[in-house]
Amino acid sequence: MAWFSRHSRLALGMGLLVAGLLQMFSGYLDPYYMRILQISAINVALAVSLNLVNGYTGQFSLGHAGFMAVGSYTAAGLTKLLPEAVPFFAELQPASQQIWFLIATLLGGCAAAVCGFVVGIPSLRLRGDYLAIVTLGFGEIIRVILQSNDTLGGARGLNGIPRLTTPFACVALAVISIYICGTLVQSTYGLGFLATRDDEIAAESVGVNTTRCKVNAFVVGAFLAGLAGSLNAHLLTTINPSHFGFLKSVEIVVLVILGGMGSTYGVVIAAVVMTVGLEQLRALNDWRMVIYSLMIILFMLVRPQGVMGTLGVDKARAKTKRKPV
Amino acid sequence: MTALLELKDCSIQFGGLKAVDAVNFSLGDQDLLGLIGPNGAGKTTIFNLITGIYQPTGGDIFLAGENLKGVPCSKIAAKGIARTFQNIRLFSSLSVSDNIRVAARLHTQHGFLHALGRGASFRKEEEEVQETIMELLGLFNLQEFADDPAGSLPYGSQRRLEILRALATKPSVLLLDEPAAGMNPAEKEELMELIEVIRNTFQLSILLVEHDMKVVMGVCKRVVVIEYGRKIAEGAPADVQKDPLVLEAYLGTTHEMVGDADA
Ligand SMILES: Nc1ncnc2c1ncn2[C@@H]1O[C@H](COP(=O)(O)OP(=O)(O)OP(=O)(O)O)[C@@H](O)[C@H]1O
Ligand SMILES: [Mg+2]
Repeated sequence: MAWFSRHSRLALGMGLLVAGLLQMFSGYLDPYYMRILQISAINVALAVSLNLVNGYTGQFSLGHAGFMAVGSYTAAGLTKLLPEAVPFFAELQPASQQIWFLIATLLGGCAAAVCGFVVGIPSLRLRGDYLAIVTLGFGEIIRVILQSNDTLGGARGLNGIPRLTTPFACVALAVISIYICGTLVQSTYGLGFLATRDDEIAAESVGVNTTRCKVNAFVVGAFLAGLAGSLNAHLLTTINPSHFGFLKSVEIVVLVILGGMGSTYGVVIAAVVMTVGLEQLRALNDWRMVIYSLMIILFMLVRPQGVMGTLGVDKARAKTKRKPV
Repeated sequence: MTALLELKDCSIQFGGLKAVDAVNFSLGDQDLLGLIGPNGAGKTTIFNLITGIYQPTGGDIFLAGENLKGVPCSKIAAKGIARTFQNIRLFSSLSVSDNIRVAARLHTQHGFLHALGRGASFRKEEEEVQETIMELLGLFNLQEFADDPAGSLPYGSQRRLEILRALATKPSVLLLDEPAAGMNPAEKEELMELIEVIRNTFQLSILLVEHDMKVVMGVCKRVVVIEYGRKIAEGAPADVQKDPLVLEAYLGTTHEMVGDADA
């Protein structure tokens, strides 16, 4: 662990190398497992990016699925709807199609980041439960807008999105997300996020602009969620507004809590274990969600501080209560 | 000569309560001023006004001639005012050294993209910050606790760490809110020496709120007495203690003033 924090750039390079190797040998690997791997990697990116907001900066966002939706629809619009309208984009060679996919994904991330900025603004005045409600409202607004927009497929959503997501893209996104969120909080600059979480007034009193920190966390978190949304859309090839409801946001929050609210490694483990676990439970059909919930409850009873948690959940909660100045 | 820090008719009202009522005083360069008064007099509120946590409802505060009206808390820290809190407010989940690092962040040049790129100049600055931290910790003999969670330190050390954190912002004015509260007599002795050391090493002015009159008498040449938000006396501690208004404020006994006050 300590090795990774000291040589984070080397670790990033190695992670990307692994992603490349996976891509090279993906033809020899079982497609079913490759698919689970890709979904896990996307979930890692979602959980790690939410952890920046909820775990490290101490804000309570329940709108991560909303950012994901913005990324998904923006990117899918560019890779599916645009080629239908403009022949130039329909005739791209596979290689140029991948480049266009990369551009579309980045634009999806940027669109989500803009939303993150807008949603981050209320976080300056609201805290705890109130902020959670506002972000929840944001997610629902996005969902309703998508549902009522016929160009974007309305409630049926978009089908036949080109399957452009590769194992490399997914693993690379996971690795980059871990790098960004992990190294940020190791740096003097990034300590501002943690200080904002621990005690806003004390942070301000030593010159930390907590407003900037909170908005930055929202913007970076939303950007990464937007990228993850795009990869998800181009993996499943179909998206519809109901994928991005309240429950999806809660699912990601659960990963962050299970991971220990503020431990990137813990959150990565939680995301992988939960994704693989849920996949294994698929045979149980209706019982799946019951078992899922029971597992979470049991885990939280046995280990309330999360997989790796250095910062206990209880402690994080105590912190939202404000001390007198 | 313009004062370094000056309060002019500074007031704040909470609903019907005038917590601070037209208070005037000033602090010179490398000055040391005591701010005393009974519980609830408004001392902490004056600190909150100076540091921009509250905005005065009347009057002005000047730092080196500049009006601080409307300047947000984090900008005031950048202008050179640092403080400690009466109820210690450390970043309790961060390590001792990271608590100081948060404050040292104020004078670092590298931002978001540098922190991701981790280039040579970024890493050099991070090393310099680390050196600054260890130097500061050395001042109070806290080096060996550098990696411990700040919340795990004993009470007295937490207070000292809070002072170090304030110093890491390189202030010209340091506000100490009851630094001796909860300390034993030996720790208080040490603290009094430290206050002098700090003032000389860092060449800054100190405004000291303290209930323990032994500490106040020991370090301050001048004190301001506040009662019910108003300034009732100013002068040398020995003179002020004889002031009838002050005696009355402290229930007519000097015993109250010398006795230990709780935090
Ligand atoms: N945010 C606030 N809202 C309402 N009243 C406040 C607020 N802050 C302080 N007060 C009131 O202002 C008065 C002065 O409080 P303050 O904390 O400044 O006293 P103090 O001199 O620091 O006392 P102590 O010695 O007990 O620390 C008190 O009556 C307090 O209740
Ligand atoms: Mg007080």
